[in-house]
Amino acid sequence: MALRRTYVRSMDGWWRRDPFFIHYMAREATAVFVVAYALILLAGVIRLSQGEAAFGEWLEGLANPWSIAFHVALCAIFAYHTWSWFRIMPKTMPPVVVGGRRLPGAAITALGLAAAAIASAAFVAFVAWLAS
Amino acid sequence: MKRSNQPVFWVLFGAGGMLSALLGAALVFVTGIAAPLHWLPTRTMGYEGVLAFCRNGAGKAFVFAVISLFLWHGAHRIYHSLHDLGLHTGMVAKAACYGLAAAATILAAATLLQLGF
Repeated sequence: MALRRTYVRSMDGWWRRDPFFIHYMAREATAVFVVAYALILLAGVIRLSQGEAAFGEWLEGLANPWSIAFHVALCAIFAYHTWSWFRIMPKTMPPVVVGGRRLPGAAITALGLAAAAIASAAFVAFVAWLAS
Repeated sequence: MKRSNQPVFWVLFGAGGMLSALLGAALVFVTGIAAPLHWLPTRTMGYEGVLAFCRNGAGKAFVFAVISLFLWHGAHRIYHSLHDLGLHTGMVAKAACYGLAAAATILAAATLLQLGF
């Protein structure tokens, strides 16, 4: 049996074969950046607990041009995460019935994106209020 | 029948995914772009301002939720994506992914509590 070499189709790069799978993998890949951002914040909290000088070093690190560029990219990746999260939401949540009719998927996506826009605007407004 | 522990991880994944979908980009903009470029006054994103925010009960809870849930979300997704990349490491990957999230959760909680109220 060991001598039989049956052809087994390679699975290498399977996700590059179909745009649907490319979107799937792009959506999954955002997780790496969500983790990276959480670790940056965790480092900030730890530096904060070590005193003013330590926290100042953390802030200085963030002002590095590479860090700024990374965060600009992060911002775009999080926006993609938001878009993809609400795009698959109709498939991941139980059906919503309004007035005896099932709410269409596009409506759920639109509501989610609107909620994200409102929450983000409210958050930025809150930070601006803190700063004023 | 042995109960699956998947619902717990899935709820954490979902909560982190929702929080990051609602606020992620705005958070990155504030902490990673606006603050270091001094678009915000130093007292807001400086030591005093951030310390005051993290000593406030609601602020503490918010920072903890962001760090912990983002990590549980990412860890769960990465763990399940390893299989798609042809890495079938099973328990090792599971322990590494969820272990990172759990360790960071404990570290964040301990550090935030240490900052006082």
